Amino acid sequence: MSLRVGLVQMRPALGDVAENARRHVMWVEKAKEAGCDLVIFPELSLTGYLLKDLAVDCARTAEDREVRQVIQASRQADILFGMVELSRGFIMYNSAVYASGGEVVYRHRKVYPPTYGMFEENRYFGRGKRVRAFSAHGSRFGIMICEDAWHPSIPYILAQDGALILIIPSASPARPAVGEMVGSQETWYRAIRTYAQLFGVYVLFANRVGVEDGVTFYGGSAVVDPFGEIVSSAPVFEEALLVADVNEEALRRSRVMTPLGRDEQLDVTVRELIRIYDRRYGEGADVGDPF
Amino acid sequence: MTPFERPVEELLSISAPLAVEMMTRFLRDEVTKAGFFKVVFGLSGGIDSAVVACLAARAFPREQILAVLMPYKTSSPSSVRDARTLVEQLELPFEVVDITPMVDAFFAEEPEASTLRRGNRMARERMCVLYDRSARDGALVVGTSNKTELLLGYGTQFGDLASAVNPIGDLYKTQIRQVARYLGVPRAILDKPPSADLWEDQTDEQELGFTYEEVDRLLYCMVDLQYSRRDLVDMGFAPRFVDAVARRVRVNQFKRRPPVIAKLSRRTIGVDFRYPRDWGM
Repeated sequence: MSLRVGLVQMRPALGDVAENARRHVMWVEKAKEAGCDLVIFPELSLTGYLLKDLAVDCARTAEDREVRQVIQASRQADILFGMVELSRGFIMYNSAVYASGGEVVYRHRKVYPPTYGMFEENRYFGRGKRVRAFSAHGSRFGIMICEDAWHPSIPYILAQDGALILIIPSASPARPAVGEMVGSQETWYRAIRTYAQLFGVYVLFANRVGVEDGVTFYGGSAVVDPFGEIVSSAPVFEEALLVADVNEEALRRSRVMTPLGRDEQLDVTVRELIRIYDRRYGEGADVGDPF
Repeated sequence: MTPFERPVEELLSISAPLAVEMMTRFLRDEVTKAGFFKVVFGLSGGIDSAVVACLAARAFPREQILAVLMPYKTSSPSSVRDARTLVEQLELPFEVVDITPMVDAFFAEEPEASTLRRGNRMARERMCVLYDRSARDGALVVGTSNKTELLLGYGTQFGDLASAVNPIGDLYKTQIRQVARYLGVPRAILDKPPSADLWEDQTDEQELGFTYEEVDRLLYCMVDLQYSRRDLVDMGFAPRFVDAVARRVRVNQFKRRPPVIAKLSRRTIGVDFRYPRDWGM
């Protein structure tokens, strides 16, 4: 497998799906020129992030014209992009779509739409119920949308499902402005480096830039190798295309040197989780609160 | 060391270069997105508007900026002088509008009007001038209220609190000072005691009854770090101080929100009709 990825650190136009679709096609062309096999857009790249009621206006199915336009661009290179997905049951999801050769290969619905502090996603979006790795381009991928990655169960499940490359499309706001880099960026880098090293995977963190309602998204998109090293990162605050090669040899070496994946006792994990699950949700359980 | 014991500059320390970069980009992004190319703001000679002037100078070419100096007859001469020094240093286009005739005409029949009423009138007169220049020049009004003032409600509703975009509203006064030093705000402005300058020899700290350092430390612990009243008192904050400040924050909530609307329909503005401020930009 040889894979050149392009992380598109873009600034979507808030609530303007047609304009964003046009920009997606443009970025794909640019990434194609740079030799990319896979072009990764940030979370909700087709709509912008702080949508509130605009979510309703921006919700689309994969059959909608603007969405088709982006999916069609995957004839040039594989694409992962973010959208407000309207399900057949008219539930809105914060989704990421992987398309290849003009077809949808996989769709991930955000499992943990955050609803606390400055976030109110669950007011608008349903919660995804599937966490699966999928095969494409001769490799195996797992998608976590932003907050998904703050729940270690998600990368754990994806790694167990065979993912070698974890993709994290994000819309991470910058705060607080205290240290050399914004606090949220520091926290993110710590998390993705840890995941990459412990799960022996590549992590591709594609974060957006721009300002919405006073909230600044910092960018700083990064590619982390399976040793936990940041091999490439984009500047903060600026639009950018971050191009990097995923090196299969690095995956092999990290997994041979530290075979954590081989030694993982999934049966122990599942048995213990079932025990906890039964206690928490079984007959007569005090549902929900583990304490 | 508890937050009560740490030096306030350290407790509330921010990265000035990073904050300045974010505020500059914020201004550029929010102003141009709204379809505006120009900005206008009041320049008082104080530290808050000085910081806003420096940020504007970083965000936009000079010809897209207008600083308006709006003294009243009792304004301290040093205010106008310091404001002039700053516009000269930054080479900013500026205008001086003396608000004395408007304010005095308003109170001509009521010489006994209180200082509060007069102060409010001055703040609102300045707002009127800024919004008039906004319409005249197609310039967006940039706010100059800091987080300490906003939380304490130490400002005039529809007066100095009025603006379209505010780059410094999430910075406490103590943090404004850090940013101001980084931006090279003149010494005279950095060193003088903060004042609303609505009457002679007024200072904020004298009027509020505590220093900015004291109240910033408390507000930061209360608002940003979410310490409970008990934690704050255990740490060493005087209970009466904690209660007085908490009360100020509470009773001034109305100044930070649009008017409350009686809900009658299925979809009420601000309740269940919720669009981003940047809608359609």
